[in-house]
Amino acid sequence: MAEMLCVAAGGFAGAVARYAASRWVSARFPSRFPLGTLLVNVLGSFLLGWIVGAGVDERWVLLLGTGFMGAFTTFSTLNVEMVNLFRNGAWKIGLQYAGLTLVLGIGAAWCGLALGMPS
Amino acid sequence: MTHLWIGAAGIAGALLRYGLGMWIGTAAGDAAFPYGTLAANLIGCFALGWLSRRVADSGRISPRVYTAVSTGLIGSFTTYSTFGVETVQLIREELWGSALAYVGISMAGGLALAAFGMAVAGRGRGRRNGHG
Repeated sequence: MAEMLCVAAGGFAGAVARYAASRWVSARFPSRFPLGTLLVNVLGSFLLGWIVGAGVDERWVLLLGTGFMGAFTTFSTLNVEMVNLFRNGAWKIGLQYAGLTLVLGIGAAWCGLALGMPS
Repeated sequence: MTHLWIGAAGIAGALLRYGLGMWIGTAAGDAAFPYGTLAANLIGCFALGWLSRRVADSGRISPRVYTAVSTGLIGSFTTYSTFGVETVQLIREELWGSALAYVGISMAGGLALAAFGMAVAGRGRGRRNGHG
């Protein structure tokens, strides 16, 4: 039960944060390129890597990791955006988006994990 | 107010992902492969693809409800950070095949299912218009 509360609280905050961040980015840097989603996904990957690397208590992982970062980042929006870019003929942007998300996202997770681990 | 709806939907999405992960984790046993995250991500891609096309075609859902379900629920149900960290962990454990398979199936599968979801949603409408 406590575990579910942690996930729920994190999920609430993560979803709201992603929504707010995406809207802010879209307003500030309007573009066909889905910059908002890319930013939350890369940032969230880095932070989750750090949380996991640091080996924090299970409840904190559920709250901040499973809950917050899980909701802050998104895989569905990423793929629907890619499909729409491709359907609209924006192949170059779509491929750049996919490539950057993979490289920067996984790279960020790696860095976060490495930095979070006790040295 | 919109933020409250999105947050509430986020709770649902996160809990569903957590529950699915637990269920699949129990079924998969000791397997190191992140089946739980993969399942949530693939299901979510199909769902969002379907919903986005359905709403675009029918226009009968209020924007607030659509945003809550799409951004709030489905957006929170799927996750990129967990995917990223799990991939890194597979690489660090030198499970190269699993890492490649995970990335490949996630990205290709996610893309395909999102497109498939859209196609399924669109096909019904086409038929009603006589475009079969």
